[in-house]
Amino acid sequence: MIVGKVLEVVRAPAQVLSKPGAVVDPTDPEIVQLAADLVATMRVSPGCVGLAAPQVGVSVKVFCVDVSEHPKARTKHGTFVLCNAEVVSASRNEKAREGCMSVPDLTGDVKRASRLVVRGQEPGTGAEVVIETDAFEARALQHEIDHCDGLLFLDRVADAHALHARKTYL
Amino acid sequence: MPLLAITVLGHDRPGIIAETTGVLAAVGLNIEDSTMTLLRGHFAMMLITDGDADAATVEEALGGLTADGSLSASVRVVPAEQVVSRGSAYLLSVHGGDRPGIVSAVVAEVAKVGGNITDLTTRLAGDLYVLIAEVDLPASADPATLQTALGAAAATVGVDVTLRVLESDDL
Repeated sequence: MIVGKVLEVVRAPAQVLSKPGAVVDPTDPEIVQLAADLVATMRVSPGCVGLAAPQVGVSVKVFCVDVSEHPKARTKHGTFVLCNAEVVSASRNEKAREGCMSVPDLTGDVKRASRLVVRGQEPGTGAEVVIETDAFEARALQHEIDHCDGLLFLDRVADAHALHARKTYL
Repeated sequence: MPLLAITVLGHDRPGIIAETTGVLAAVGLNIEDSTMTLLRGHFAMMLITDGDADAATVEEALGGLTADGSLSASVRVVPAEQVVSRGSAYLLSVHGGDRPGIVSAVVAEVAKVGGNITDLTTRLAGDLYVLIAEVDLPASADPATLQTALGAAAATVGVDVTLRVLESDDL
């Protein structure tokens, strides 16, 4: 039984967030542990629907996602972790405002595909997984794959006035 | 260190931002938030800077930019402010035929319920007038009631108005 540890989430401008993550061996026990740690960290972070390894300071292509509770999700695959994931096909761009735990004071309007096919590997078995999804899960996957490629939503903001200060709501 | 609010306005041409920020860097100012756009073709930039230089020094340093009269610059000390909001954020969209009083008629309804506009753009394109505003509404304001009041106000100036929740999703 692997128990995930809660890790500290790093914030921009941490260098690790701007560097493409390394391709991993999904069967490596360290990667399996990292997968569990990502899920554990996501679970304790309020509102968090996904977390990529660079966000916990590890520059590799591993992320977890769970949009099951999100009102904008349509297709949902529950909690899962993907290694070495890549976008196979993407279509129907939609613009929405997104925020990120690693950029806590800003939000930005970002266009993302709302129909998406992603291919990756499962930690542990290394089995290839193809995820076909839409709506909010598609957005979350693209956001996390970007993290694994060293990109933040800031790299994709739709225009010069599409960056916003996140307000502290009292 | 005092914060300075700097505005640069006037005839647009390539290089204004490069020159302005070059001057600010040379006098040791850090640019914090800034925004720039073209308003009916006019260059319009506002910046908040942090640093040791005083307002008079900065205004003098910007003299080269304003010497030919095509641009004006102003510099003044401002206090630090926090980005704090009460309530929830909405996006207000207004469009219709141009005529005097559209903005004032619509935003008066927002002010009446204690709504705070945090971002605003208006554009006149031919005969079409468009206003887009981000509004923070206090918990005491009922969005449905405001929508009705906005609709009534918009009707008096012949425009359409919509108010919708502005959402951002954490990923």
